Amino acid sequence: MTLKSDDIRNIAHLARLHIEEDAISDYVNDLTSILSLVDQMNAVDSSGVAPLSNPLDASQRLRTDEVTETSQRDKFQQIAPDVADGFYRVPKVIE
Amino acid sequence: MSDWESVIGLEIHAQLATVSKIFSGASTAFGAEPNTQACAIDLGMPGVLPVLNREAVNMAIRFGVAIGAQIDPHSVFARKNYFYPDLPKGYQISQFELPIVGKGHISISPAEGEHKEIGITRAHLEEDAGKSIHDQFPDQTGIDLNRAGTPLLEIVSEPDMRSAKEAVAYARKIHSLVRYLEICDGNMQEGSFRCDANVSVRRKGEHELGTRAELKNINSFRFLERAINFEIERQIDLIEDGGQVVQETRLYDAERDETRSMRSKEEANDYRYFPDPDLLPVAISDEDIARIRAELPELPEQKKQRYIGELKLSDYNAELLTANRDTALFFEAALIDSPQLSAQLVNWILGDLAGALNRTGLDISAAPITPPMLAQLVARIADHTISGKIAKEVFEAMWQGEGSADAIIEARGLKQITDSSAIETLIDEVIAANPEQVEQFRAGKDKVLGFFVGQVMKQSQGKANPGQVNAILRDKLK
Amino acid sequence: MANSVIGICQGLARGEFSSVEITKDYLARMQQHNPTLNCFISVSEELALNQARQADAMRAAGNAGPLNGVPIAHKDLFCTDGVRTSCGSRILDNFIAPYDATLIEHFKRDGAVMLGKTNMDEFAMGSSNENSFYGPVANPWNIQHVPGGSSGGSAAAVAAGLAPAATGTDTGGSIRQPAAFCGVTGIKPTYGRVSRYGMIAYGSSLDQGGPFARSAEDCALLLQTMAGFDPRDSTSSEEAVPDYSARLGQGIEGVKIGLPKEYFAEGLDSRLAAVIENAIDELRKLGADIKEISLPNTGLSIPTYYVIAMAECSSNLSRFDGVRFGHRCDDPVDLEDLYKRSRGEGFGAEVKRRILIGTYALSAGYYDAYYLKAQQLRRMIKNDFQNAFENVDLILAPTTPGVAFKIGAKTDDPVSMYLQDIYTISLNLAGLPGMSLPVGFVDGLPVGMQLIGNYFDEAGLLAAAHSYQQVSDWHLQTPDLES
Repeated sequence: MTLKSDDIRNIAHLARLHIEEDAISDYVNDLTSILSLVDQMNAVDSSGVAPLSNPLDASQRLRTDEVTETSQRDKFQQIAPDVADGFYRVPKVIE
Repeated sequence: MSDWESVIGLEIHAQLATVSKIFSGASTAFGAEPNTQACAIDLGMPGVLPVLNREAVNMAIRFGVAIGAQIDPHSVFARKNYFYPDLPKGYQISQFELPIVGKGHISISPAEGEHKEIGITRAHLEEDAGKSIHDQFPDQTGIDLNRAGTPLLEIVSEPDMRSAKEAVAYARKIHSLVRYLEICDGNMQEGSFRCDANVSVRRKGEHELGTRAELKNINSFRFLERAINFEIERQIDLIEDGGQVVQETRLYDAERDETRSMRSKEEANDYRYFPDPDLLPVAISDEDIARIRAELPELPEQKKQRYIGELKLSDYNAELLTANRDTALFFEAALIDSPQLSAQLVNWILGDLAGALNRTGLDISAAPITPPMLAQLVARIADHTISGKIAKEVFEAMWQGEGSADAIIEARGLKQITDSSAIETLIDEVIAANPEQVEQFRAGKDKVLGFFVGQVMKQSQGKANPGQVNAILRDKLK
Repeated sequence: MANSVIGICQGLARGEFSSVEITKDYLARMQQHNPTLNCFISVSEELALNQARQADAMRAAGNAGPLNGVPIAHKDLFCTDGVRTSCGSRILDNFIAPYDATLIEHFKRDGAVMLGKTNMDEFAMGSSNENSFYGPVANPWNIQHVPGGSSGGSAAAVAAGLAPAATGTDTGGSIRQPAAFCGVTGIKPTYGRVSRYGMIAYGSSLDQGGPFARSAEDCALLLQTMAGFDPRDSTSSEEAVPDYSARLGQGIEGVKIGLPKEYFAEGLDSRLAAVIENAIDELRKLGADIKEISLPNTGLSIPTYYVIAMAECSSNLSRFDGVRFGHRCDDPVDLEDLYKRSRGEGFGAEVKRRILIGTYALSAGYYDAYYLKAQQLRRMIKNDFQNAFENVDLILAPTTPGVAFKIGAKTDDPVSMYLQDIYTISLNLAGLPGMSLPVGFVDGLPVGMQLIGNYFDEAGLLAAAHSYQQVSDWHLQTPDLES
């Protein structure tokens, strides 16, 4: 599977990663070679095998519905890049 | 319009009425100061992990049982990946291939006498995002994550509706049901019940579905109807003018009563769903389902059928009474005291009581008149203590908090006059005072009787029993 | 002064020294050697001394917990309340964690002292500790060579005696491989054994936290503190935690140990193979029953691992967006710019590569071919181990294909770096426990041997390693730092 520069740009956009134009070709090469490694999976027939998500094949434990947290806003917002009036702030988003 | 058919499906997000969030122990209470109900998990802090709220699962199962759906014994949570500032982890924990609730159905009554079954494709659990506030700061958007992590049940209908009216009837039915089940408070203003509509059109007889648009930002049933109607018109006009409907998200603007395309937030989002590795499949047994089924309250449909079958109410009245659980419960409470007066109670509840509630903007559960109070009023009419007309005056006084029906009747001296001799005396007075009209009546003008009745009622301050007045008058005027 | 956890516990108990004294000792060694080795990203001197004073006071009051007063270094992947937690990344360079990971709470509960946060490959992605924003870590045995990764800082710190023990995490070998390269003992527990709450996620279905120390005996003590059910982690197991130390001496007489033929084939440096053969002989002498087994799907493990790990991390790292914490770019012009530049500036090249591949693998049209396929192969690999464990109690293998390579030797080709994980990766896929212990040297660099156990048989692994360490002294060797 060979990737092209536009593929890198598209995936980088999906992942919201800025990649310098002059680094794109390095990424094309690196990612293409990683994908060749990954394509080795196709050598094996796995039809009918149930996918494994959790190594222990366990079931979800359920939590009682009760309020256990109190506000720690000040502590959490102390480490925030931009807060005001209790809100986190980002450049204006137009919907 | 007549060669066209509209095809409508609704996606409803019902905020589940748990006290804590779906994956954390922070509170879900509405109206708190920004970011005071967002714990580390809700903020998507590095290293935090989700743990599933049992009550959210129970509520979803309740809904599934109520719509006759299969409950998946091993449903799976999946990550829906996209970037938006009110989505702190950069993904929403939702369900994709294996939702907790499968196919079900619900019946609606879009107009009196009409019935239709609407299919429900699935319902699944997911977490809500936070809120983006655009008008707090001049050049920035403020993010409040209090709402992030609130449990949602996303209910997806089949595209079975063919008009805005049907869509509204369906939305109201689901609204009523989630309130009956006590899984959602249904408060559309506060955003705990949100409807998105998928609308497309096609020429009658065509089997393929047209391209659909998704309508968002609708927060009342009235707006839902308007938004859908606008969109249907827009799509038909567009196609008739040679254009093509584009698959997109459109926002409803209530002020202008129109739908508008959203700025490209939707650029064919690739959500890259995959099972969330921090959560395990939710195992639900037949015992769990049976237990929840046994604990279900009587559901609207069952109640409605019982009212029709046992209480002999009309389909229409039964539908109206059961649409809102609080109304039905009010009715049932009043019936306890006076089971034989069901027909009269229905009329008062759907008539004067509903009118007063509407006027004052109150919920029936906050009404100043309680079920026993209403039952007493209705009983006093039935036992002829007061007339129907006087009863309206008593009702108003009760509404204003003057006390029970009996107390008011006593205090204002409103008892109906049923003593024949007293009525005779009144009638004699009126006849004596109006010889001309007596002549007219005896000459054959029957309508004049009404004049005499009116005069007698006036003399008695409305308290004379109208039936007796009528009978005695006729007798005396012969 | 004592340099093993057991030795320190005994010394403290006998009043030979105080926690404050021994903590100061380690802090001094760290100050002396960290400039060369670069094991530590953050040194928490004031906190450490406070904790040491508190530990001494608790001991005096008769309330000493099992690790009272013992100084420990923690991989910079564990959230530590009030202390920077960087994950070796610029994007978290300014992140002061607002809470403690469960694992950190356990250490506090048991009275341990935190020396500092150790260097690591950025977000645990790497096998050499060359991917850190804070620069590479040097192998104390030869500072031109890598210590391994991603927990390179922790392994090197223990090897160099800058800490008697340290915590690490292992997603594809990140405890075992650096343990092998640095000549220390390290164990990756069964998936679900140690809580992941507060352990910043890389590959959520693969990550496990575990200890580095000088011996299996020390590891047993640490694992006792680290292990246990955590209601805050849905993947945490309720399996009871045995007394690991009590079972150390159970010996390996009659224990069936399998050697997977696929692991002793080409690709393994022959000199390493010879060293491991000697170790196997020792185990035979101790009564172990050695037999050949097969793990046929071994060859699939690398691609399977990388697809799953990259897919999971591409999603796990989305929260690093410059909005609520961490690095934010200057003067973002709009939201897109905020995201792209904050993340572009904050993440290193390897992390970006993995996010891109992971995003690609999950994207529309590729999910079945990559992610779903990998999950199927994962089950096949797990089944291989299950089948093997029908006939053996433990599996023995090399930890790495060679000894520690030179810094810079593999940084040009990501794939050649990925191939370093060949012997360690499979058991992360299966969720099994595994450990590495030192068994010799080649070219002056340590050789590690790997032991793999069945689910929740950490006690069996530690006992086997302990038996070996009773009749050998590789684990007691220390590098000469002055040279």
